[in-house]
Amino acid sequence: MNGLEVTVGIGGAAGDGNAATGDTLAKVCARLGLHVFVYNSYQSIIRGGHVWLRMRIADEKVECHGDHLSLMMALNQDTLNQHTSEVNAHGGILYNSDKLQVAQDDLQPGVVLYPFPVKDLSEKFGRNPIMQNTVLLGGLLWLLDLDFDVLEGMLRETFRRKGDKVVDANVGVATAGYQYAVEHYAKRDYRWPLSGKRRMVAAGNELFGLGALAAGCKLYAAYPMSPASSILHWLARYGPRHGMVVKQAEDEIAVINMAVGAGHVGVRAMCATSGGGFALMTEAVGLAGMTETPVVVISAQRGGPSTGLPTKTEQADLHQLFGASHGEYPRAIIAPTHLLDCYYSVIEAFNIAEKYQCPVLIASDLLLSEHRETADPEAFTFDVAIDRGELITDGTPADYKRYRITESGVSPRVLPGHEGTAYVAPSDEHDEQGILISDEFTNPPMRKAMMEKRMRKVDGILRELPAPELYGSAEADVTLVSWGSTQGLLREAVALLAEEGITANLLQIKYLVPFHAAEVEAILQRSKCKIAVEHNFTGQLARHIRAETGIKMDEKILKYDGEPLEPHHIVERVKEVLHAYSR
Amino acid sequence: MPTVVELPVSAYKGPVDPDWCPGCGDFGVLRGLQRAAGKLGIQPKDLMVVSGIGCSSNLPGYIHAYGFHGLHGRAVALATGMKLGNPDLHVVVTGGDGDGYGIGIGHFIHAMRRNMDLTYIVMNNMTYGLTTGQASPTTPKTTATKSTPEGNIETPINPLALALVSGATFVGRGYSGEINHLTDLIAQAIEHKGFALVDVFSPCVTYMNMYQFFKPRVYNVNETEYDSSDWHKAMPKTYEWGEKIPLGVFYRTEAPTYHELDSSYKHGSPVAQTLGLTAEQGQVLVKSFM
Repeated sequence: MNGLEVTVGIGGAAGDGNAATGDTLAKVCARLGLHVFVYNSYQSIIRGGHVWLRMRIADEKVECHGDHLSLMMALNQDTLNQHTSEVNAHGGILYNSDKLQVAQDDLQPGVVLYPFPVKDLSEKFGRNPIMQNTVLLGGLLWLLDLDFDVLEGMLRETFRRKGDKVVDANVGVATAGYQYAVEHYAKRDYRWPLSGKRRMVAAGNELFGLGALAAGCKLYAAYPMSPASSILHWLARYGPRHGMVVKQAEDEIAVINMAVGAGHVGVRAMCATSGGGFALMTEAVGLAGMTETPVVVISAQRGGPSTGLPTKTEQADLHQLFGASHGEYPRAIIAPTHLLDCYYSVIEAFNIAEKYQCPVLIASDLLLSEHRETADPEAFTFDVAIDRGELITDGTPADYKRYRITESGVSPRVLPGHEGTAYVAPSDEHDEQGILISDEFTNPPMRKAMMEKRMRKVDGILRELPAPELYGSAEADVTLVSWGSTQGLLREAVALLAEEGITANLLQIKYLVPFHAAEVEAILQRSKCKIAVEHNFTGQLARHIRAETGIKMDEKILKYDGEPLEPHHIVERVKEVLHAYSR
Repeated sequence: MPTVVELPVSAYKGPVDPDWCPGCGDFGVLRGLQRAAGKLGIQPKDLMVVSGIGCSSNLPGYIHAYGFHGLHGRAVALATGMKLGNPDLHVVVTGGDGDGYGIGIGHFIHAMRRNMDLTYIVMNNMTYGLTTGQASPTTPKTTATKSTPEGNIETPINPLALALVSGATFVGRGYSGEINHLTDLIAQAIEHKGFALVDVFSPCVTYMNMYQFFKPRVYNVNETEYDSSDWHKAMPKTYEWGEKIPLGVFYRTEAPTYHELDSSYKHGSPVAQTLGLTAEQGQVLVKSFM
């Protein structure tokens, strides 16, 4: 990161409005042409507890929340107690001086305190405690040297529906905070090269939703579960106006059966959950495999097992995704690696699901699903390919067999309602017509033929998917190997290592099943030191790679405390590993 | 009203013959469904028969129509997805008491709450037949079964009462020994707009043979002075059991279906819509993030 950047931490209790304040600030930055990456660390609690939002603001694209804390906005004493010492030297702390106190002993050198007399500044606008956030936000805009008019515009839009009184109060309070800062504090010297290019601010989950709409998904079913719920929220708002049925069901079993049912009648259908919900879905994932029904399932992982850490990130469900359902059947597992990938992965997933008539699983996690980040509007293409595969829409084919044995394994599909081709889709093993062979005394040749037909689809899927490529120099001291959401922080770690004279490259795996074993093997055979990096305890990708290629990782960097890795964690550990190797 | 062109039962003859035990009550239900569909003139291509697992759940394989033989207990959820996806299909769910009132009871209740436009025919034989005769959710108390050798100690579910409190808009009961009545009942249920439950006494000749019990007891409640639009009269009627056991339409009412209340259907049937977003629609959504 060579450009200009600042990381702001906003801390408070659940219910203090951290997230809303963060959203407003993020959008102000995005409207001015800056980039942001926001990670909110929160608890499974509605009121109270501790919520700690970190927003990295930069003039260049940033893909993780980084390693620093430049400015802190404290909404309660707990935040000051916990984080004051983390504020970097020469950073700053904004706080409500009516209520809160900063312990001088905790301060790093040169940290500037920015107390705000919130009561005096906001009293005439009412007694809403959230006004504290707006006062501080106004002050922060001055310190960050950002245009107040943009904040004012944001506040007017946000509160327009609540009437003039609320709009005026919010703008008034923000202005008071801003003015107070102007009069009392020197602004910090940022000199942003503001392009004025407006950017979007989106969470991974919202882009999963947008991708579903773009892919022509017309049924989304879900049961609330963190961290997947915001897909439901976004689609409940925007789906129906585009003809999408958005169905909250009674449980995850119903969710996936509804999606399979809709997929069977020819509707592109999707559902999402987290590990616990996915556990309930697994039998029906196999049903989709057996009946050759397209369906897309997103699993946004959180800390497990059991209820685990509902609001914390983890990548420990890879084996669960591999093991979903008893029996063997073709499917794809895709782990999107960055924000924009959420959008395009869903579109790709639907095309694979329909072309190969199978379930496609998308492995996300809390970090990818819930973090917010800027995106460029031009990065979104809406004229995307929609490949429905071998779907017979006209005429009555002679001697139609729904599960016809073909070379590709794909049997042309008709949809219920089609004249002259009625058949039964069976969860039992069946013959080409869909007639059960499970009730026959025995028919091993048919069973064998049908298994082989279905499993032939795996080859087609693999050919469809691009093989992973190395990021960074082919000749490197270290190869970092990871999957899914960690790409952004690992690319930054590669850059930081380079600054310290260590060449590292990165093999980020997106397509986990089917697996590009030959390509991965070829890359890793050349690596001097292979380090797996994962948010789990056992190194699930490392084991997968060993199973698929026979290659064992030299080391693992594993984090399973619920908080995401930061680039410095990687740098420190890689240095330790190399040091140990050099001895 | 377009004239209904009735179809013969042969129009729905399936690709294979049932392998139910000779004398199984499910033969009567299959016949009743085929006759009802024929009476209503439903083309096999427009009929979607969905089931779970169990002897009775094999029914979709024995009828010429589109079918889905899904997972144990999940037929109603699966069928809900189909009806949501293509509202033009006549979606009929067929299964047993273990499938629908046991493992799948959650889906059953919620489909009724939603007044999902499904016809649900439950072949209630009061036992788990396919797994060779264990107690089911409707097995009468004290009955000795393989899993309850000392007699069933659990209170059986009253499916009709459960349907009434869950918001079903059509609640009926048939008996596979009375095929004419059953045919008529199923036809009414299919024609009904909204969720229709048809609970059918469909005896298991092998593990719970109750033909001799039902035959002298059953009567058609709709041939008595009975107002099937009155929920409060229907409720006690579902508990009538003993010397006389009522069959027929216990309750029927008009209420908006799920589809009529969900705004997304303003855009038409999901399966018939053009897929994807136009550039214009996409740009509007992009702006919502700015």
